[in-house]
Amino acid sequence: MAKQIIELIVNGVSQEVAVHPWQTLAEVLREELNLTGTKVGCDQGDCGACTVLLEGRSVSSCLTLAMEAHQRPITTIEGLAPSLSELHPIQEAFVQTQAVQCGFCSAGMIMSAKHLLDHNPHPSEAEIRQGLSGNLCRCTGYTKVVEAIGVAADKLGGAPAKEA
Amino acid sequence: MAASHFALHQPQSLDQALDLLEMHRASVRLLAGGTDLVPRLKVGALKVQNLVSLQRVPGLGAVAFDPAQGLVIGGTARLSQVAALPQVKSLYPGLAHACSVMATTQIRNMGTVAGNLANAAPSADTAAPLLVYGARVTAFSKAGERVIPLDQFFSGPGLSVLEPGEIITAITVPPPAPKSGSAYQRLSARSKVDICAVGVAANLSLDGQGRVVTCHLACASVAPTPLRCLQAEEMLSGQAPSQALLERAAQSAAAAAKPIDDMRASAAYRRQMVEVLSRRVLVACLAMAQGGAA
Ligand SMILES: Cc1cc2nc3c(=O)[nH]c(=O)nc-3n(C[C@H](O)[C@H](O)[C@H](O)COP(=O)(O)OP(=O)(O)OC[C@H]3O[C@@H](n4cnc5c(N)ncnc54)[C@H](O)[C@@H]3O)c2cc1C
Ligand code: FES
Ligand code: FES
Repeated sequence: MAKQIIELIVNGVSQEVAVHPWQTLAEVLREELNLTGTKVGCDQGDCGACTVLLEGRSVSSCLTLAMEAHQRPITTIEGLAPSLSELHPIQEAFVQTQAVQCGFCSAGMIMSAKHLLDHNPHPSEAEIRQGLSGNLCRCTGYTKVVEAIGVAADKLGGAPAKEA
Repeated sequence: MAASHFALHQPQSLDQALDLLEMHRASVRLLAGGTDLVPRLKVGALKVQNLVSLQRVPGLGAVAFDPAQGLVIGGTARLSQVAALPQVKSLYPGLAHACSVMATTQIRNMGTVAGNLANAAPSADTAAPLLVYGARVTAFSKAGERVIPLDQFFSGPGLSVLEPGEIITAITVPPPAPKSGSAYQRLSARSKVDICAVGVAANLSLDGQGRVVTCHLACASVAPTPLRCLQAEEMLSGQAPSQALLERAAQSAAAAAKPIDDMRASAAYRRQMVEVLSRRVLVACLAMAQGGAA
């Protein structure tokens, strides 16, 4: 079947791209738009490495058909930093607390953290852990990642995380 | 995506969707959130030439509660929408629990309740709670509308009574009875993310004397379909709900289960856990029913 032209609105920029109906959003972001910050781990919805925001909600881009994202705003890890010389507060917090080892899970973790903090600016530690339960990390043991998100919540203007 | 090549149709109305299902009936599937279908298409476990997406069909995406009608879950309403509705949390806590702990945040932001039911996995997490709340499935086809009580919906692992040309447009759940309580509990290996190994839901209502009016009990992952435990329900109906009676009902539920050994749990463990979870949810329902005003 021939490719179809769709409009993807990625990080505020709209662009036309030709896709096969069976191509996933993760594939198109990485291979057609060269946005390789989004990672593909399991390619089955289990690990969260491919997490992006679609209309403000975290989704697994490895299970989202690219055509279904036509004209619906998408945010990827590349769209978080306000400029080339600054990081987003969540990214800063990951650097500060050393929540990154190999980094393969980080983009997905940060996008899940963004979804969590957008919906719950003052999460408890339990809520942070729950909010990240769809993201696997094989390196950090999660402790630093959870800490980073608490720090990010503070940076973003939230009160210190309350205990559950 | 490797294994499977297909055409994707994105109708803008229910009529268009029904036309597309008919036109491509030789090889077609409905697509909602894609969280069941896409993984299977990727590995080649499912081959289909046409997908008809419901995501751009207007009017199917809402979740709403009305004290007279009860809860209406639209045919494309996502699991996370159901979990977020305040009246679901307060009036249908078993369903709220299922929709907020199953799968992952990302999957709940994509997957739909209708897809969970239509997929008809014995482990479907919304099935047991919706069964105990007496939910009904509304389906549209070229022949018109049909309402299917959920306890007549499942016909085997991955099978339902839904016809190929039918689209679920809504799932309706009656308002809760006065002095009632309900709950759902599930066990899985990777805390939440994993498909549940055992799940039990119950919904119990009391009369003015504190006797049980009705109790519904249903289990996930312990039979070829989500399972209503009718004998346990009958044991409770009309009775004073003593601890001993709840215990016997839980034993009866365990006896009714037809579990199998698989990678998630052994049959013996599942049967034992049906008893444990049944007891726990019945105790929780009773406390809620006794505490809640009519
Ligand atoms: C990582 C992961 C974890 C998961 N964990 C769980 C879990 O813990 N518990 C659980 O129960 N499930 C789980 N699932 C399975 C899945 O997410 C759910 O079953 C989800 O609710 C399916 O909804 P969907 O909209 O994505 O369905 P889809 O994949 O779009 O469709 C599923 C089936 O339903 C049919 N269908 C969809 N909508 C309609 C409609 N309106 N009318 C008629 N037929 C329709 C489709 O044709 C298809 O056959 C998990 C999946 C993944 C990938
Ligand atoms: S790559 Fe998408 S969830 Fe693992
Ligand atoms: S840092 Fe390596 S997988 Fe998380």
